[in-house]
Amino acid sequence: MASLTAFQPSTPKRDAIIMAVFAAVVLTAPIWLTPIGASYPDLLQRFAIFGIFAIGFNILFGLTGYLSFGHAAFLGVGSYAAVWMFKLLTMNVLVAIAFGVLVTALFSIVIGYVCLRRSGIYFSILTLAFAQMSYNMAYSVLTPITNGETALILETADPRIIDRALLGDAKEALPSPSLFGLELTGYAAFYFCAVVLILAFWVSLRIFRSPFGLKLLAIKSNQNRMIYTGYNTRPYLLVAFVISGMYAGLAGSLMAITDPLAGAERMQWTASGEVVLMTILGGAGTLIGPLLGAGIIKYFENIFSAVGKTQLSELFAFLPDGLNEALVGLMSLFVGEGWHLTLGVLFMLVVIFLPGGLMEGIKRLTDWAKSRRQGGETVGDGAAHQPSE
Amino acid sequence: MANVVLDVSDVNKTFGGLQALSHINLQIEEGKTHAVIGPNGAGKSTLLNVCVGRLAPDTGAVMFDGVNLTGMDPYDINQLGVARVFQTPEIFLDLTLIQNVEIAALAKRDGAFHFRPFRLMYKEKALTEEAEHMLEDVGLYRLKDEHTGNLSRGDKRRLELAMCLVQHPRLLLLDEPTAGMSRHDTNRTIDLLKRIKERGMTKVIIEHDMHVVFSLADKISVLAQGAIIAEGAPDEIRGNPKVQEAYLGGAHV
Repeated sequence: MASLTAFQPSTPKRDAIIMAVFAAVVLTAPIWLTPIGASYPDLLQRFAIFGIFAIGFNILFGLTGYLSFGHAAFLGVGSYAAVWMFKLLTMNVLVAIAFGVLVTALFSIVIGYVCLRRSGIYFSILTLAFAQMSYNMAYSVLTPITNGETALILETADPRIIDRALLGDAKEALPSPSLFGLELTGYAAFYFCAVVLILAFWVSLRIFRSPFGLKLLAIKSNQNRMIYTGYNTRPYLLVAFVISGMYAGLAGSLMAITDPLAGAERMQWTASGEVVLMTILGGAGTLIGPLLGAGIIKYFENIFSAVGKTQLSELFAFLPDGLNEALVGLMSLFVGEGWHLTLGVLFMLVVIFLPGGLMEGIKRLTDWAKSRRQGGETVGDGAAHQPSE
Repeated sequence: MANVVLDVSDVNKTFGGLQALSHINLQIEEGKTHAVIGPNGAGKSTLLNVCVGRLAPDTGAVMFDGVNLTGMDPYDINQLGVARVFQTPEIFLDLTLIQNVEIAALAKRDGAFHFRPFRLMYKEKALTEEAEHMLEDVGLYRLKDEHTGNLSRGDKRRLELAMCLVQHPRLLLLDEPTAGMSRHDTNRTIDLLKRIKERGMTKVIIEHDMHVVFSLADKISVLAQGAIIAEGAPDEIRGNPKVQEAYLGGAHV
């Protein structure tokens, strides 16, 4: 089976094209997302941030096959760390990001070291347990750091040592996160997130093309063979786990930048589950898939959920009254509050018919188009597709 | 007497009440092909597992070139120069043949752990070339970009062998290298193993097929119920009545 998750040898030229196209698509997102009503900064930022989260998750799950159910904990830790930097030192976002990523790296070393003593379902359960523990601790004993249920927020009385030293006493109003004086709100914040996303994607691309990435795929394929081939697999897995945790920390810091507060609900298991869904929906182990999944899920959450009965009746206004009402009644189950249902159906369809995610669907389509163009000389293999673990 | 590469001395291993290995002594000489034969359940695979660190012996020691392997991790044993071919082919499915061999070559070059995430695989020209030569050697070059899942059992074994050989091990352990192969594939494998022998690589072969054993082995040890009951050159073993009794229930070899 020519698996999607197989190692792609690629060439420098091909990678340069991938990067150029990717950068162009991301930076022009405000334009091409306008027709589907997704072109406002708040949602665009969320696409970029969850894209980063999913890319990072994919480095662990897509390459090594280790399924973590606790990645939201890293997201939360990144957010808390970033907000603390805003409060204590400066509103400069680079400091917040650096600190957020550093703290998550340390945190994921500890959690990874413990969880990676087991594999398979036991690893998943351990990560889930750790994340839930972090979530509950953020609400209880860690209240001095996390501010418990109120969430960690900025206050005018915060020390902000560096800012005050450089700019003198701050104004009455709450400052916004900024990049050397440029306030990151609205589209500025989106473009900042977009640049970070492009860098994050580039790092992930390099890992996918490196001997390190090949070894991670080999661990997923046959860990036993790896050990008898002379590899100590534990540190490889730990490094992959920490890198993926750092991506989550980066995403968490960016969340704090676009909306400077940090609450424990970011660490809840539903958030961990969400990134698993994103990755599988798009295609685990593929470069672009997780991003696609993240975009689709966030789109559903924000746009589809806002569609109500009125819009549906307008859409079907051309139909006779009785039919219109019946159709609207049926469809309204799937929109608004019911968007989870639509997402669930989509997810089931993908897992059953396209176990390789949406990327597998795209590949099948291009293979089919190619084979048609070449007049029946098939490119794709006829072998049955197996789900990648 | 030639240099002893692998020295198994007085190894015992029990599973529950079963004495899987009892007082095993085995010296493998450099450059020789040493076959271990015996009926099912004689302890052949257990012996091999003790040698590669998969199992720890209860008592006794396994010395490789002066290093005590007892209690060492399998990857460290491999890094010392001991490679193993498994009874059921252990290869990387989902990857291509060339990538399988490259991974093995990387282990030899970079060691048990090596982290350089910004190196690019497509710039490792020398490594790829080495892997291609190896595939040519075992006759799989034309399939190099295929996925290993599509290979026949015989080809999978040859690929696994290539992965071991690319590491230039000092000692190669083969667990039934021709099990489940057709006669044609078996003969090809015998030819391949003979060629390796000419390069002076030391080998331990566990095998059921007497045709394979007598074509390759310099020395044979016969294992029965966890103990070595006979040892010697192929001709001595062939004529040994004790071996015929244990191995074939009295029938002729």
